Amino acid sequence: METWLPLFFAGAMGLALLIYVILDGYDLGIGLLLPFASESEKDLMIASIGPFWDANETWIVLGIGILLIAFPQAHGEILTAMYIPVTLMLMGLVLRGIAFDFRAKAVSNRKDMWNLIFSVGSLVTACSQGWMLGTYITGLGETSLSWLFSILIALTLPALYVLLGAAWLLIKTEGELFDKAMRWATRAILPMGMALLLVSIATPLISQTIADKWFTYPEGLMLLPIPVLSTLTYGFMMSLLYRQRLLREGREWLLFAGLIVLCLLAALGLAYSILPDIIIGRMTIWESAASTPSLLFTFWGTAVVLPAILGYTFFVYRIFRGKTSELTYE
Amino acid sequence: MFEFDPYLLARAQFAANISFHILFPSITIGLGWILLFFRLRYTFTGDKHWENAYHFWVKIFALSFAIGVVSGITMSFQFGTNWPGFMERAGNIAGPLLGYEVLTAFFMEATFLGVMLFGKSRVSNRMHVIACALVAVGTTLSAFWILSLNSWMQTPTGYTMVDGVFHVESWMAVIFNPSFPYRLAHMMIASMLTATFLVMGISAWRMKRKVDGPATAKIFRAMVATAMILAPLQVVVGDLHGLNTLEHQPAKVAAMEGIWETQRGAPLTLFGFPDEETRTTRFAIEIPRAASYILTHDLDGEILGLNEFAGEHPPVAPVFWSFRIMVGIGILMIVVAWWAGWVLFKQRRAPGPALLTATSVMTFSGWVAVLAGWYVTEIGRQPWIVYGMLNTADLVADHSSGVMLSTFMGYMALYVFVMISYIATLRYMATKPAASLLALRQLGGHNANQQTQEA
Ligand code: HDD
Ligand code: HEM
Ligand code: HEM
Repeated sequence: METWLPLFFAGAMGLALLIYVILDGYDLGIGLLLPFASESEKDLMIASIGPFWDANETWIVLGIGILLIAFPQAHGEILTAMYIPVTLMLMGLVLRGIAFDFRAKAVSNRKDMWNLIFSVGSLVTACSQGWMLGTYITGLGETSLSWLFSILIALTLPALYVLLGAAWLLIKTEGELFDKAMRWATRAILPMGMALLLVSIATPLISQTIADKWFTYPEGLMLLPIPVLSTLTYGFMMSLLYRQRLLREGREWLLFAGLIVLCLLAALGLAYSILPDIIIGRMTIWESAASTPSLLFTFWGTAVVLPAILGYTFFVYRIFRGKTSELTYE
Repeated sequence: MFEFDPYLLARAQFAANISFHILFPSITIGLGWILLFFRLRYTFTGDKHWENAYHFWVKIFALSFAIGVVSGITMSFQFGTNWPGFMERAGNIAGPLLGYEVLTAFFMEATFLGVMLFGKSRVSNRMHVIACALVAVGTTLSAFWILSLNSWMQTPTGYTMVDGVFHVESWMAVIFNPSFPYRLAHMMIASMLTATFLVMGISAWRMKRKVDGPATAKIFRAMVATAMILAPLQVVVGDLHGLNTLEHQPAKVAAMEGIWETQRGAPLTLFGFPDEETRTTRFAIEIPRAASYILTHDLDGEILGLNEFAGEHPPVAPVFWSFRIMVGIGILMIVVAWWAGWVLFKQRRAPGPALLTATSVMTFSGWVAVLAGWYVTEIGRQPWIVYGMLNTADLVADHSSGVMLSTFMGYMALYVFVMISYIATLRYMATKPAASLLALRQLGGHNANQQTQEA
């Protein structure tokens, strides 16, 4: 068995899921923020994600796809263990995705209903994803402690998404909605920070495997940059929001950039905690990998196609750069 | 309280989800190409009506696409949640095929959909046409990969089995397995027909209600012409598909035809009630020797009967009935398409009320035929999940039946809700007067209707 192939796919899966959290995170965040906006602002908020949400969701299909392609042994076990949150998430995604389209076409007196469905769907999706992440980190544990931990993450992830959504609005809007987004972000950043901190403390407590990895010498020292950089990034975002000057003077993308860095650091930390296991404490990526010829076949496809996907995704974001105007099919 | 069998529930849930999902791809795959056609027509002729046609139908496309995407995401998790054993055994083959679908098809269609829907004023006309084309190609590619996988599960080739796990010998043999070309062709035409009859039916509905714009009649003609070619073609392809099935899955064909005993000169049963208890078909209306002729192209050809496969053949009645529904609709489609063609192209008349009613009744006929066709295919391969190799019953996830039942109910409620909203929205959009019509009404009062009729 080639040893690098499973590693490659573990990396690709991590990357796909990271991109998913950032991209779908902001449009789920828009869904969570929608109830707080006025009627015309709602249209604009939705217009700002119109061209992107579908492609954003495709990243989770890729993430789950790689789990299935590269680690078929783990795929079944993980998804079976997460049956309930996965089902809830799927229902949330369905509701959200259709509400988005129906609200633009329905009879106007139904619009409120679709707005509500859009928000509820986003909330259900966000919380179930947190629940799934929690279940995963505890090694598919089923003790009451691991449940508690999953609930903790289920509440944290929406906070991150809200912040991503608000940061996206800073880039995409101006005037009153921009000011509102600023206020939303300012309100969300503290709870999100607290929640992230709690999760960071709880993770090594809940999982001995993870604790062993972080609190050993000298590996522990080499990991120090992760918490330090996270704290610095967080502080930087706080100052962005409280001083507001940079954000208001043409650097409105800085908050979103800060969040990307934070997510990246969290992903690195998580990867270190988990690898080389695919299910913590039970199965390594090599034990669960598909056969080498199958992996190679997919490897070549991925190596050729993934850069192309990144390329045209970038291209489409460029087409729709700048502040959003009303959504039209013209 | 009685207990439901979790195995049956897993199957029912999977079947419900994929049945719901396939309704929307079967529209978007065909409609994508139809939209590209509208789009090209107005680029090359400069005729505004084709632009209006594009704008009307791209909204319905967007809606169908969205439902296709979200129900498809459900599908991609279902393999893991309901059939974990399947991926453990067949993951080496199913994984890469699904992976290539995500990589080559899903990203492309989802990304360029944004440009297609919202980018018209932001990119050049050429770039926009390219985006429309890429979306159409993307949906077709996705059909290519998923049908390749499904066909491999029907007629597996190119593998070896080691310790109960499939390993690939030749990717060419896996991808281009024996039933794949037939299934791909049959499904592509099925999608085109589904979309064609949808567009034709809604256009007829608009003409009947006199809410049509000047584009509607043009759309209608284009769709009638398409259906006149595709509907008969589908019979030919379907026949070839059936011959291929006879070679690889004779038990399925025996169930489709309701033939119990192996015989020469087997009759074609048009109608009847297959009964597995008595192993006969009751009240059968038969055409002597016709089944042998269709399947072997010889009046005395031998057809294997179900009794050859006792204990290993699929449930007969659902396969038998689904097959008749599909073929019945196929024939109905030919009749309606050629009738409409005769009126429009031979007599050169505007379609009359009877024809408009008939075509609008057929609006969703494609859906019924597609579902019926898939039921033939999927139920007909039971008890196998990979034909002849893996048993469906061995692979099911062990959720408690309470959990399965409640999620099943949840999905069903969701789907009924989405379906009602979808149809209601189509109806609302179809009944809204065309923009050009409103403008005319404001200008010229009542003769607006006549004017649009002439157009
Ligand atoms: C013959 C066509 C066909 C068939 C049999 C299936 N699909 Fe499908 N699927 C499509 C044709 C399609 C499509 C045309 O490509 C869709 C529909 C609308 C759309 O947006 O893409 C799609 C969407 C779609 C998506 C969302 C893609 C995105 O994010 O853009 C997923 C994850 C799946 N499908 C997965 C599946 C699975 C796991 C299936 C089988 C069990 C399946 N589909 C059967
Ligand atoms: C798109 C249209 C499809 C429809 C309407 C459909 C319908 C069904 C139905 C009704 C069943 C249940 C059969 C039974 O249990 O008696 C089934 C089973 C199944 N189908 Fe399909 N199917 C479709 C496509 C696919 C595709 C493309 C795949 C895979 C690539 C697939 C994989 C399966 C699997 C894994 C099962 C479960 C095992 C089984 O019962 O055989 N299906 N499908
Ligand atoms: C009228 C003549 C037709 C014939 C003789 C015919 C024949 C067949 C046969 C034999 C199968 C089963 C193949 C297998 O599982 O091995 C099949 C499946 C199917 N049919 Fe038809 N068919 C006809 C019309 C239609 C129409 C009008 C539609 C839809 C608009 C349609 C849609 C399908 C679909 C979606 C499947 C399942 C996918 C597949 O296996 O290809 N068919 N057909």
